[in-house]
Amino acid sequence: MELLAFGKTGWGDELFIATLMTIAVSITAMFIGFLFALIFTPLKLSKNKFFNLIGNSYTTVIRGVPELLVIYLFFFGGSGAVMYVASIFGYNEYIEINAFITGSFAIGIISGAYSTEVFRGAIQSIDKGQFEASQVLGLKRFVYFFRVIMPQMLRLAIPNLSNVWQITLKDTSLISVTGLVEIMRQSYIAAGSTRDPLFFYSFAAVLYLLLTFLSMKLINRLEIKYSRGF
Amino acid sequence: MITSFPKLLTATVVTLKLLSLSLFFGLFIGLVFAILRLSKNKIINKFAYAYSYVFRGTPLLVQIFIIYFGLGQIEYFRSTFLWVVFKEPYWCAIIAFALNTGAYTSEILRSAFQTIKPGFIEAGKSLGISNKIIFYKIQIPIAIRQSLPAYGNEIILMMKGTSLASTVTLMDLTGVAKYIISTTFKPIEVFIVAGGIYLFMTFIIHNFIKFLEKKYGYSQ
Repeated sequence: MELLAFGKTGWGDELFIATLMTIAVSITAMFIGFLFALIFTPLKLSKNKFFNLIGNSYTTVIRGVPELLVIYLFFFGGSGAVMYVASIFGYNEYIEINAFITGSFAIGIISGAYSTEVFRGAIQSIDKGQFEASQVLGLKRFVYFFRVIMPQMLRLAIPNLSNVWQITLKDTSLISVTGLVEIMRQSYIAAGSTRDPLFFYSFAAVLYLLLTFLSMKLINRLEIKYSRGF
Repeated sequence: MITSFPKLLTATVVTLKLLSLSLFFGLFIGLVFAILRLSKNKIINKFAYAYSYVFRGTPLLVQIFIIYFGLGQIEYFRSTFLWVVFKEPYWCAIIAFALNTGAYTSEILRSAFQTIKPGFIEAGKSLGISNKIIFYKIQIPIAIRQSLPAYGNEIILMMKGTSLASTVTLMDLTGVAKYIISTTFKPIEVFIVAGGIYLFMTFIIHNFIKFLEKKYGYSQ
């Protein structure tokens, strides 16, 4: 237990900060994923074949390729790509992007592919009559999307989004390969310096279990809130 | 891009070996734990639930690291015959993958067993078929058919999971891809080739499962 003490003698405070980092990366990645889903869900549902192709290839490629490979692409290719874009604007210095941004971006793109599928499924399972009714009532597109479609879609999407959240949370452990100090990386450092890998990795497993358990509790509450009246 | 292709192809063989072995053991583990989950004994039931909860609630990376780095730390463990298996990263990875996919498979099979209509079992009983034969000849075939789509997804997830073997020094497809990226600094090209191979495997698995679904589906 001394190993987990706070302060200079133990790893308690380091692991605590690392846990916060894992939560921060997961939330950022989930948010970036939503942004991607916001772009790609309409593309997937569009009647235009070209848009359709773009939307479908995004979800197929990301869901068919290992997460680790996507992370390596961003880790090794990220700063190169940014430097290339910057050089177009006449900036030629070396740019290093920090691990938090590359990591949450890589995980965000992965989580976005899953979110897109969830939103697509949710929108498609809304009764067609709802679309027609809002057209008949002459609702503006904006009102009809936010007042009619969104509330119904969220109710259907939340159970599946909780799965996406779990996947995203667990995927953040992979960012440790890029050196971002989250739970996995911190356990690796602690295990290396104390020569007690069994304890620290088991403790990391407990931390992840705690995170998934607590977030499930929270999401269940949301689920109840949004399924009121059904 | 062209020169790296043969290297990546040979690494694909490692990935496929890892995948097939862990699926083989995982299916067995999954079946055992699915049956335990359905048991009426509360302790056995809770134990099976805890197993699947822990393995589904923690990242695969942690599981591999506990098995590969963690278990070697126990002095007593190193003196047992099991150490022959556990000192190899290859077998450690397979054990971690099998335990992980076993947890997911047990959930898939459990829900498949639970959705079997009681009428089928009752029909078997009223025909005087023994419980054992009802289980093997009625419940298992129906459960397999029910769980095929979900299990297909699990196979694809596991294929992606095998990429983590590269973190314990195994040179699988992702491991070789990373090595080539870090020596040539051409991440996009290597990503396209390696990603293409993974996508191709996903495509094959997906269509194979579809074919099986058609073959074993209800004749309507």
